[in-house]
Amino acid sequence: MRGKGRAVCIGADIDTDLVIAGRYLRTKDHSVWVAHVFEDLDPSLASRLNGAVVVAGKNFGCGSSREQAAIAIREAGVIAVVAPSFARIFFRNAINVGLPLIECDIPCSEGSPVTFDLTEGWVEAEKKKYPSLPLSAKMQEILAAGGLVNYRRNH
Amino acid sequence: MSTLCERILQGAAGEYVDRKVDCAYVHDGTGVLTLEAWKSMGAKRIQDAAHLHVFFDHIVPANNSTTADLQHEIRDFACGSFFQFSDIGGGICHQLMSEGVVLPNDIVVGADSHSCTLGAFGAFATGVGATDMAAIWMTGETWFRVPESTAIHLSGTFMGAAEAKDLALTYVCRFGMDGASYQSLEFIGEGAAVLPMDDRLTICNLAVETGAKAGMFYADHITVQYLAAAGHTVQMQEPEPCRYIREIDFDLTDIVPVIAVPPRVDTVKPVSDLTGLPIDQVFLGTCTNGRYSDLARFARVVKGRKVAVRTIVVPASRAVLDTAIRTGVLMDLVEAGCSIGVPGCGPCLGAHMGVLGEGEVCLSTANRNFRNRMGVGGEIYLSSVATAAASALEGEITEPEVS
Repeated sequence: MRGKGRAVCIGADIDTDLVIAGRYLRTKDHSVWVAHVFEDLDPSLASRLNGAVVVAGKNFGCGSSREQAAIAIREAGVIAVVAPSFARIFFRNAINVGLPLIECDIPCSEGSPVTFDLTEGWVEAEKKKYPSLPLSAKMQEILAAGGLVNYRRNH
Repeated sequence: MSTLCERILQGAAGEYVDRKVDCAYVHDGTGVLTLEAWKSMGAKRIQDAAHLHVFFDHIVPANNSTTADLQHEIRDFACGSFFQFSDIGGGICHQLMSEGVVLPNDIVVGADSHSCTLGAFGAFATGVGATDMAAIWMTGETWFRVPESTAIHLSGTFMGAAEAKDLALTYVCRFGMDGASYQSLEFIGEGAAVLPMDDRLTICNLAVETGAKAGMFYADHITVQYLAAAGHTVQMQEPEPCRYIREIDFDLTDIVPVIAVPPRVDTVKPVSDLTGLPIDQVFLGTCTNGRYSDLARFARVVKGRKVAVRTIVVPASRAVLDTAIRTGVLMDLVEAGCSIGVPGCGPCLGAHMGVLGEGEVCLSTANRNFRNRMGVGGEIYLSSVATAAASALEGEITEPEVS
């Protein structure tokens, strides 16, 4: 599974409250989450996410289990999120909603191209290739199906 | 020879296992997406509804018609599918699961990050998101990567005004927000053995703030006694020699009252460093510190006096409220000027009922102080119950007195 996007750089320990605030959760309308994604971190971020690879610091997605965080990022058009580590509930949620996550510590230069291959396990940024931690076999299957909903439909 | 979570999950650390869950639960917040995902999976029926719970605790009672419509949908579904259902006013999901539902050796999964609270019973309890939960509704099981375990050896007993929350914040500070990522924290030793269940619940509650998957105590005579009162006969769990990836010691005698400074739970300072900081609101409650013992401790401090700032008290469950009424604790709180909310999560997640305004400061007994969590521009300091009570009386951060 290969992908490519423009780098959007954000910091470490980004919690899911910062991805999507509690005040926007009481709806099933995904467009609300897309409109307000990362609002409390940087209100200008939402408009730059389509076609982006988000490159974050360690422990991305910590805090609340709210799956709206992963959905908001995916539906904003993010191709993948790359971080040295992810909080575990967010990790499962992202794979379950079909948002690729890549565990890898790479440098980030805003707007520069980032390429990755999930199956082969590498990320390329700033013209340098970095090995990434492979997903478990089960997670690769879920992601390949487009998420856990489709996976369960087919199994 | 296994760690407690290896024993319960029946696998070695690092191994991936598929396991049937003994109980699983959602709340009004995560239930909406769970139901949506479950329907999309094409599932026709619920797997084993007797072990599935739905609790309304996050925005109770509904704050507007959108919330009311969403709650209406889940309520109808939960009742129609024979879930164990707790409507508004019943209390917080983790608290209700702790009132005689979760037993030692259970595998417990909640669609809420603080599900780790229930490891206090010697259960493996962890949080997941909505889609994982939907698959559990469909199949009754889920997959786990058996976590490595860190042992936290406790010795001594709390001295002065220090309490379980101070230990919890202290260990979060020691690990950092991701210092125990993917791990299980196992609290052991002679200091652990004397802690009452309420303290164990508070201590396990904050495990997720270190990135941990679970926080656990071995079931011992205190667990057995507590569950006997709820009508269950359970066995103690005997620790056996096992391999921990890290071992840390805390002497409870050395724990002092501390505060987590916004916007991070792991930025922890002694209360004495922050005394005099003006506050606008105090919040006593949540799955961390909303139990009867917490309300009683707070009431002992404020009884016969008046709070100097608005003080919101939200009991963690109806049983907590009931006990507080019968013992007079609730009257002490009301007479001291506290406002009492409907059992549930209260303003912890900033959705309603106690939201902060720009520049306002709340001293809270909850577990998260992330930026804007309780309202845009508001700041959250996290403390123990005793510190919250002393500070409520003064209107500024105040060191708790030894009771």
